[in-house]
Amino acid sequence: MPFTPPTENYSGKVFPISIGEGDKAVSFGGENVLPFHGFEGEVPNKPLIALEIQDVPPADWPASVQEQYKDVSGDPVTWAKHCQDTLNARAIALRLVGTHPDGANRSVDDAVKTVKDVLDAISVPLIILGSNHVEKDSTVLVAVAQAAAGKPSIIGKAQEANYKTIAAAAMANNHKLIAMSELDINLSKQLNILIGQMGFAKENLITDPMASALGYGLEYTYSVMERIRLAALTQNDDTMQPPMMGDVGMYVWKTKETQAAEADLPEWGTLAERGVAWEAVTATALMVSGAELLIMRHPKAVEAVDKLIGEMEG
Amino acid sequence: MLIIGEKLSIIAKRVREAMMAKDKGPIQEIAKAQAKAGAGMIDANIGPAEDGGEELMEWMVTTIQEAVQLPVCLDTTNFSALEAGLKVHNNEWGRPLINSTSNDPERFPILELGAKYNSQVIALTVGKGGLPADAEERAGIAAEIMARAMEYGVPIEDLFLDPLVLQIATTQDQALHVIKTIKMFQDLNDPPMKTVVGLSNISNGAPKHVRPILDRYYLMLLAYEGLTAAIADPVEVAEAVKTYEVIVGKTLYAHSYLEM
Repeated sequence: MPFTPPTENYSGKVFPISIGEGDKAVSFGGENVLPFHGFEGEVPNKPLIALEIQDVPPADWPASVQEQYKDVSGDPVTWAKHCQDTLNARAIALRLVGTHPDGANRSVDDAVKTVKDVLDAISVPLIILGSNHVEKDSTVLVAVAQAAAGKPSIIGKAQEANYKTIAAAAMANNHKLIAMSELDINLSKQLNILIGQMGFAKENLITDPMASALGYGLEYTYSVMERIRLAALTQNDDTMQPPMMGDVGMYVWKTKETQAAEADLPEWGTLAERGVAWEAVTATALMVSGAELLIMRHPKAVEAVDKLIGEMEG
Repeated sequence: MLIIGEKLSIIAKRVREAMMAKDKGPIQEIAKAQAKAGAGMIDANIGPAEDGGEELMEWMVTTIQEAVQLPVCLDTTNFSALEAGLKVHNNEWGRPLINSTSNDPERFPILELGAKYNSQVIALTVGKGGLPADAEERAGIAAEIMARAMEYGVPIEDLFLDPLVLQIATTQDQALHVIKTIKMFQDLNDPPMKTVVGLSNISNGAPKHVRPILDRYYLMLLAYEGLTAAIADPVEVAEAVKTYEVIVGKTLYAHSYLEM
């Protein structure tokens, strides 16, 4: 008698998200099984990797990843076009980190201009991220959501302290919304409920349970993501059925392992390879625990993860 | 836990009047309110319905299913009324449930309907004689009904064993016997037998303000023993059921869990 592998049936399904226009449209989520368990059910979309750019030059990125963008990163429009045209990014994540009051403290108008310029220059979908400063984001993200009206994008991140204004602006301008909570599955569910109670459609939501890098709490993110996904699939909990996001690059490229010089730590191997591996491994772990949208920085890490996705899906 | 909304019963004056006048409004309003409060099935209790039972049950099933996308629990002792209701039941929203067969020979033919219409069947574990004394007696009757269900072609997975909840005001010791019975019923088969109770029987005869309290606490004790379903007022038990599901980990906790 031939061996029949046992399969699981799940009662729930992850909401699919589609964004962008024409042949540049992308979709992620939509599966009714655990990550890469296509043999048990439907996996209509593969995870989406968005390349990260910034509104200001990436002075705080390690040299090995700055180097990748040295000719383009002085200007967000040039940088975005490079990601789209040269690196074939399927989506771009523009982080308005320059608006942070402790940093360049760029104005709301500056942010709006950057977003409009980038949107005009690219045809792939845009993910517009704030600086993670609760108060500033609540003005910046509202303004850029309006500025991007007519070009449905993904806006984030809405947090417990500022979700009302950001969610209202995203809803009014037909954008998808990223809801972020800090590594707590119950608070993640609660935030999704609160946003839903404003009338924001749960089908337009993306959950960010907060990423962490390999060696710096990755197992916490992994566990929270895994439990969110199990609640979505096994308990058919529709507050937990939005797809999940892993903001990989910004956590990975802060770690010592992506920066320590080879001369100081020769046993750690080549710095260039080490950083790429760190980002690729972190992204892979988050994908395996349930993330469908990954924000990444190093083109070689993206290439490695893309290759893995292809191989996993067979 | 499956809550079977009990509010569409001929015993209630408003419902009885709507049934007699074939006025869909109140019936559909009550069905919707029960669905909104978390009912997974709607009970249609038309009583003995000796005159015009077929037509009434048919009307009830279609009226309910026009308003809510849920299966119906057909509740009457009238065989042909049950059959009329099963014929029009829309199984797209889930399979119907018949209330009920028992160990009384007069109620055996109900199993034929279950087999013929692929319906689930409630089996009240009482016989022709008096009420069962304890859990063991109820389990003995359940075993006889299970054997009979198989003869009639009803899979025992489709049986919901009902231990018969009695009023605490007059037969206090039975409350605990029924809790034990829920556990014992499950052990009669693998996978465990499904169980159901008519919850509000427990508080029958108790003062009005005490009834919901008795109902809710009793439901929690039964739930913890593994009760599958309860015929109850979904509005009255909603908070208790949601809280139970959070405590046992069937629902993920969030501060607003009661609002979901």
